[in-house]
Amino acid sequence: MAKRKYVKQALSQWMNGVGPDSEVVISSRVRIARNIRNMPFPLMADPSRSLSVMEQLLGVAESGRLNGLGKIEQIRLTDLTELEKLVLVEKHLISPNLANDSRNGALILSPNEDISVMINEEDHLRIQCLSSGFQVHEAWDAASKIDDIFEEQVDYAFDEKHGYLTSCPTNVGTGIRVSVMMHLPALVMTGQINRILSAVTQVGLAVRGLYGEGSEATGNLFQVSNQITLGQSEQEIIENLFQVARQMIEHEKSARSKLLTESRLRVEDRVRRSFGILSQAIIMDSKEASQRLSDIRLGVHLGLLPEVNELVLNELLVSTQPGFLQMTFGEAMSPEDRDRSRAELIRSRLATIS
Amino acid sequence: MQCQECGKRPATLHFTKIVNGEKAELHICESCAREKGELIPGTSSGFSIHNLLSGLLDFETPNPMAKQPAAKCETCGMTYAQFSKIGRFGCSHCYKQFSERLDPLLKRVHGNTVHVGKVPKRAGGRLKTKREIDRLKKEMQGRIEREDFETAAQLRDRIRELENEMSG
Repeated sequence: MAKRKYVKQALSQWMNGVGPDSEVVISSRVRIARNIRNMPFPLMADPSRSLSVMEQLLGVAESGRLNGLGKIEQIRLTDLTELEKLVLVEKHLISPNLANDSRNGALILSPNEDISVMINEEDHLRIQCLSSGFQVHEAWDAASKIDDIFEEQVDYAFDEKHGYLTSCPTNVGTGIRVSVMMHLPALVMTGQINRILSAVTQVGLAVRGLYGEGSEATGNLFQVSNQITLGQSEQEIIENLFQVARQMIEHEKSARSKLLTESRLRVEDRVRRSFGILSQAIIMDSKEASQRLSDIRLGVHLGLLPEVNELVLNELLVSTQPGFLQMTFGEAMSPEDRDRSRAELIRSRLATIS
Repeated sequence: MQCQECGKRPATLHFTKIVNGEKAELHICESCAREKGELIPGTSSGFSIHNLLSGLLDFETPNPMAKQPAAKCETCGMTYAQFSKIGRFGCSHCYKQFSERLDPLLKRVHGNTVHVGKVPKRAGGRLKTKREIDRLKKEMQGRIEREDFETAAQLRDRIRELENEMSG
């Protein structure tokens, strides 16, 4: 069977790098968690119950109520190989949680891959909207619309006092998680990052690495998201995150221009060295790759590397991950094989533009 | 606020006890709490402030000093001990089942216990009617007190209408 584009292509359309403030914010995301009334959450549901949840929710897509999104894909997780699931995780279209335990799990995907609806993850329904650059309000509007469409068909578990009831008490209330993925190399280089991150966590926001909970912040990529879901309205939650992220963007931008005026040669040297290494290296582990790609991304936005296009960087961000490498170079690779293939992939990609 | 026991030191510990649905508040200072330790229900002679606070605040470390009531969700079968361990509920009914223990936890996680955001349109319709009924009941009570029985009767009829709508 020919591979579908959602596992074949590394780059989703929402990662095209053209959104507002895309020099700092790679993407914005809103996730809404919902459950069906009188049905045990996936954790405690027996197979027949979770199957009926899946059928009911896929039925909404089947009924054509999501027609406005274009030709959507309905994917049952059991129809995917382990590697295909890993690729979807690397593209942020499903969570590691759904990939690992996919009994009666399913995914509804819009053609642009900017809307992905997970079924039987931790909650029955997880609606996720992704957009390029800094567009949290837009992502919320889109996610809320999908939420309304499901609500026309499905009785949600909702409580007057506690709001939308979710499996984890950290999601109860609005059930929303808003996050922005930011590239903050100048704040890291100038040693301001820890001060800023600790300030951010004090106003009820969380900072994580690129792939969410438990992942490290590699390549100077940070994901900032709301912690509180109860007692604040969706608008307040989004506005709070928006304002804090806005300030972080400004800090990063001013740190960048300061770097450029005060130590241009040093920065230019670092950026060009990283470009040189990535264009020539034979072995490249993932940690070094993400650090060097971060340097290049900074160089592109400072105008120091006019020959490189941001789109290539976003593509490499995903295509150098283990799942994608195996998809490209053959399955079941050892870490050493991956390091060699990663170097090869980056070399060939950069060769086409330099 | 002064300590309710000694009346001298400021109260630094504030407890809410709920026994058989009756709520009692206790505001005491640390040294009185130490003295009174053995008198607080559900604690053994090994009581310590630390145990009490960890029991109140840290839901993931069950307090070995406190006797756990046999809390189990009737709908999905999840026990409170299971919930404490994995930190996830088994079904929406668990929220009711564990409600007494839930608010301190939610307060700790969110700083709040009451939802103020979006309301699903369908359930929202019911919620709106329910709030209207509450409002009418209060007004009816006021009319009865003022011996305006005619208006009170009209309000009673309107309440019945709305209640029928809700159950219908």
